[in-house]
Amino acid sequence: MLEIKNLHAEIEADGREILRGLDLTVKAGEVHAIMGPNGAGKSTLSHVLAGKPGYKVTDGSATLDGVDILDMDPAMRAATGVFLAFQYPVEIPGVGNMTFLKAALNSQRKARGEGEISTPDFMRLVRTEAGKLKITQDMLKRPVNVGFSGGEKKRNEILQMAILQPKLCILDETDSGLDIDALKVVSEGVNALRSPDRAFVVITHYQRLLDHIRPDVVHVLSKGRIVKTGGPELALELEAKGYADFVDEAA
Amino acid sequence: MAAVKETVDQVRAIDVDQYKYGFETEIESELAPKGLDEDTIRFISAKKNEPEWMLDWRLDAYRRWLTMEEPSWARVSYPKIDFQDLYYYAAPKTTPAPKSLDEVDPELLRTYEKLGIPLKEQAVLAGVEGAKIAVDAVFDSVSVVTTFREELSKHGIIFCSISEAMREHPELVKKYLGTVVPVTDNYYATLNSAVFSDGSFVWIPEGVRCPMELSTYFRINEKKTGQFERTLIIAEKGSYVSYLEGCTAPQRDENQLHAAVVELVAMEDAEIKYSTVQNWYPGDKDGRGGIYNFVTKRGDCRGARSKISWTQVETGSAITWKYPSCILRGDDSKGEFYSIAVSNGHQQVDSGTKMIHLGKNTSSRIISKGISAGKSQNTYRGQVKVNRKADGARSFTNCDSLLIGHDCGAHTVPYLESANPRAKVEHEATTSKISDDQLFYCISRGLPTEEAVALIVNGFVRDVLQQLPMEFAVEAQKLIGVSLEGSVG
Ligand SMILES: Nc1ncnc2c1ncn2[C@@H]1O[C@H](COP(=O)(O)OP(=O)(O)O)[C@@H](O)[C@H]1O
Ligand SMILES: [Mg+2]
Repeated sequence: MLEIKNLHAEIEADGREILRGLDLTVKAGEVHAIMGPNGAGKSTLSHVLAGKPGYKVTDGSATLDGVDILDMDPAMRAATGVFLAFQYPVEIPGVGNMTFLKAALNSQRKARGEGEISTPDFMRLVRTEAGKLKITQDMLKRPVNVGFSGGEKKRNEILQMAILQPKLCILDETDSGLDIDALKVVSEGVNALRSPDRAFVVITHYQRLLDHIRPDVVHVLSKGRIVKTGGPELALELEAKGYADFVDEAA
Repeated sequence: MAAVKETVDQVRAIDVDQYKYGFETEIESELAPKGLDEDTIRFISAKKNEPEWMLDWRLDAYRRWLTMEEPSWARVSYPKIDFQDLYYYAAPKTTPAPKSLDEVDPELLRTYEKLGIPLKEQAVLAGVEGAKIAVDAVFDSVSVVTTFREELSKHGIIFCSISEAMREHPELVKKYLGTVVPVTDNYYATLNSAVFSDGSFVWIPEGVRCPMELSTYFRINEKKTGQFERTLIIAEKGSYVSYLEGCTAPQRDENQLHAAVVELVAMEDAEIKYSTVQNWYPGDKDGRGGIYNFVTKRGDCRGARSKISWTQVETGSAITWKYPSCILRGDDSKGEFYSIAVSNGHQQVDSGTKMIHLGKNTSSRIISKGISAGKSQNTYRGQVKVNRKADGARSFTNCDSLLIGHDCGAHTVPYLESANPRAKVEHEATTSKISDDQLFYCISRGLPTEEAVALIVNGFVRDVLQQLPMEFAVEAQKLIGVSLEGSVG
């Protein structure tokens, strides 16, 4: 589903290369975990895939179901099925959460040449998905992420994911700042979305998230490249020994 | 999010020029001779068949004006206006003073149709079933038609042009005109008192709740013509009226002067809600042309427990100089000011309000949202003044500015003066930018850039939009979107 080849990307402002020949293949239905030390380029990878301005791709490619996504504007990438659950979700004062969700969903549908969702269908969809994530009516009515706790913001990201039904879900440290109960709710939300035609890239530092969201493949990202790939046991090994071995290998 | 969608669709539908009201109506006009002297004033007064006292009032104002200096304290700059290079009166030849819709020149009717202004007496404004809106349509210097007059008169309400009011209801005009904004008030108000051409007059009798929205649409059409309208609204004891004013002008390279005066009087327990959607031609992208909008608007809460509420959505004009104010004279009276001021291109806005607390337990509430984009400058200037005797006075101001881009400016100039130690005066102000992170967050969820901007801006102005009559809120929201076209990326 996702095929990244020899991806090089730098920071536009200062020309610093962050991704240095990154290869990654994620098949439909799979969950891949990406771990790695701070500053390795994990968030950068997620931003480059989602199309955040400020980065320049200097070499390599990234395709989703064979279609080059790096050439698309970010809104089009979203409509094509890329979704990034942000490490730090942004607040948008005055814009109701529901309003935002509906505008986003309809924009994506329009870009795909589909009609708008009817209001009753939308309400039903939101009610069902919000219920699963223990998101209250009040949170749905409030402005996007304004005054939400850390855990509420992350749950809200998963709600957006559930409503927008992307093909590729990238989760950037969704577990950071969550207590154990919130972690469980979020993980259940993610697990409910696992399906044979959807892929996940889960960026995390901690095994504890992977206890709940069982990955098929685990990668270590260091200095802008994947330096080691293995099964779920690799995460346990990292938890026990730290990144030191791999970081040295990459050096 | 239908409104946001409409905003975006509308933005897309417009190509090079964003201002869709910039067309000109081909119609023959009768003009006063160019320039300003006592004869010009006699000409205007004669055209309007005014009583003698009115002419004297005008001449007196003119003589005072000659001794006054143009104010320079506002944060706006423009070349000196040549007051002798203007026409002070322009009226369509065909329709000097029509009695009914059938008598109005079809060319004029087409103009208002094109502007989306309902002049037919039926359910109006798309999407609002059964909502009736009475309209006074002012074209250059004259009112061309006022709708729903019969229905309103059944309730004892007077709604007509001010010229007609001077002839038909001289006692009311004489009693109230100039009592809120005195002839000597300020340079432009004094000029207006001398040369005002037309505008609306509203009188709501005691205890009557006006059964429909009243509105006036001002259109400047003629070249080199100043528009000086005058509006007077009186709400007697326990009455209520909601009034809306809209304005547009053709697109021209020259700057045109618009200097209006609006006076509101609310007696005991009366309430006036005055909304403005100001969309005068703002000038082109290089700052050529556009209206100079120098306006004096003031409401007098004369009776106890009266209430005056100003809501304005300001998107047009090259320069705006405007401070709708409330004199809170009656005990327990309330003043409100809700404002959205959008500036783009080279527009300069210096706008705000004055709340003068004279009575006991008076309260005022000011919510101002300034949005600056392009190379524009947007200043909020607000005064809250509490008199020594105004025990229990309370005032709250919240003033937020939003910057889009790097070349614009937002400024907040509050003046707080309290002579009563027990008064409670609060002021909050914030300035923010649409952050790249906010924008990317929206876009990464599938919203195209302009739609993302419209969404964020609409969120920013939401509390003020909610104050507008529903049918106009949608219109205003669209207007804001159009005004900000091309402001990002
Ligand atoms: N927009 C940016 N501007 C400047 N530096 C950045 C930007 N984004 C990332 N970086 C830098 O790129 C490197 C990789 O950061 P990041 O991708 O956030 O790492 P990780 O998520 O693995 O901790 C860091 O040195 C970080 O400071
Ligand atoms: Mg990171």
